[in-house]
Amino acid sequence: MTIAEKILARASKRKRISPGEIVEAKIDIAMVHDLTGPLTVDSLREIGVKKVWNPRKIVMVFDHQVPANSIEAAQNHIILREFAENQRIPNFYDVFEGICHEVVPEKGFALPGRLIVGADSHTTTYGAFGCFATGIGSTDMAAVFATGKLWFRVPESMRLIISGKLPRRVMAKDLILRIIGNVGADGATYRSVEFTGPGVRNISMDGRMTLCNMAVEMGAKTGIVPADGVTTRYLKNRAKEPVKPVRGDPGATYLETRAYDVKKLEPQVACPHSVDNVKSVREVEGTEIDQAFLGTCTNGRMEDLEAAARILKGRRVSKRVRMIVAPASREVYTQALERGLIRVFVEAGGLVESPSCAACMGAHVGVLGPGEVCISSSNRNFRGRQGSPESKIYLASPVTVAASAVKGAITDPRDL
Amino acid sequence: MARAWVYGSGVSTDDIIAGRYLVKHDPRELGRHAMENIDPKFASRVREGDVIVAGRNFGCGSSREQAPIALKAAGISAVVAESFARIFYRNSVNQGLPTLTCPNVRRGFKNGNGVKIDLERGVVRNTTTGKVFKTKPLPEFVLTILRAGGLIPYLKRSVSQARSKS
Repeated sequence: MTIAEKILARASKRKRISPGEIVEAKIDIAMVHDLTGPLTVDSLREIGVKKVWNPRKIVMVFDHQVPANSIEAAQNHIILREFAENQRIPNFYDVFEGICHEVVPEKGFALPGRLIVGADSHTTTYGAFGCFATGIGSTDMAAVFATGKLWFRVPESMRLIISGKLPRRVMAKDLILRIIGNVGADGATYRSVEFTGPGVRNISMDGRMTLCNMAVEMGAKTGIVPADGVTTRYLKNRAKEPVKPVRGDPGATYLETRAYDVKKLEPQVACPHSVDNVKSVREVEGTEIDQAFLGTCTNGRMEDLEAAARILKGRRVSKRVRMIVAPASREVYTQALERGLIRVFVEAGGLVESPSCAACMGAHVGVLGPGEVCISSSNRNFRGRQGSPESKIYLASPVTVAASAVKGAITDPRDL
Repeated sequence: MARAWVYGSGVSTDDIIAGRYLVKHDPRELGRHAMENIDPKFASRVREGDVIVAGRNFGCGSSREQAPIALKAAGISAVVAESFARIFYRNSVNQGLPTLTCPNVRRGFKNGNGVKIDLERGVVRNTTTGKVFKTKPLPEFVLTILRAGGLIPYLKRSVSQARSKS
């Protein structure tokens, strides 16, 4: 069995399972945030459930609209705060802590072998720790809150074997964009995508989270990186229980295997309006931009901010560009302060926002107007995602975002 | 008569209901902004019972359950597409919005064509051209949830039936 099959088998108390089967599995961690939580609470009330199955297994994070930017957002926060208090949910992170997909790993909830569901499609991020993590809707989440269980169709597995070391100023983001460009926006639909090979062991936890975060952009149900020394080092002092990596069997079945050597990979960009419309940065160089956005659950982590700051240090953001920087969490923000990165961003002319989803989904700060162009380190460039349906989003790595902010146009970061 | 609203491939959840409306709770209000990013006239012109016919990967993107809620509130009675994104598909069943996967269906329809769907038999008919598309019918347990109007009404009904038996 593959890692994904082993985790689902364990969670559904089965010896063997195979793709296509429907299993009912016990959930280890269930996560909701401020935009999907209220619907979950509504549904739970409607079913008539008074007590959640296990308050300690629920994680609630406010990140999409923090601090509240409208009366409706404030009301959503009130509903969830009351729910957390009434249900005695200890792992409730109010507006202070950061993006759910950074906070859940930081607080040690994403552990190898776990089955995690989140009412957010980018829940796949946690697969970077060798767990099975997938996004679900609010009604399914209400069922989980009520019973602690959910039915799953066991996914086929697909394997991406990565070799080589990423060249200078080429990041995990460039790799996952290249993969999505090849596989297509629905090329991995319903599948579990495993990232393996020596090339992955060279990638940090921050980079692995970028890979798994965007697995959903090719339709995957989950993205998994097998746990190794890098994983256990990250989890030291974070995990509240012993870390036990799950390994796939040598003879496990994969529906498809692709190999990537990253040694010669170039900076990549996903062009409007779909994530699989991927080109090399060289092909779109010189496209003028109005906004540059560094942050999100894809690329707002320490490694991302450091790489961007190396480019911005001693330089100025172009006068015609608004650069928005949002650290992924309070922990990342604090480290960035200590290492002088925030000073670099501010001196370069960047706007530093509090840890949150910020400009990613056009429902808080940094909304785009008609005709505007943004280069963004986030994961989606759908039409109207960050504001006006007549705006355009290019997705790129943190260093490409920083280099483009300086030049005022899409720029290959290797040229600076 | 149900009319078809025809869209291409890769209709995202941002297309179906933009992120800026997710704070809203009232389904009718969500319905008024359905498909706004790609088809601003949709919400004012759609009629109760109309059907969306689309290409591949319908509903890709976010886990927002407001997407099927908005379509249903706007009056859409079913979505027929060549393929669906995983979370949207499951959310639609849970919300009682029928979603039927039907290969090559998009080219068989023009905007405004009449459409008739038989979920039990897996048949989609273009009543304007007479063309018929056959596909795998929905599994019985999905049909049961849809007949109840979604997962929550289904669960409520199961709970009350269990109570009245005991």
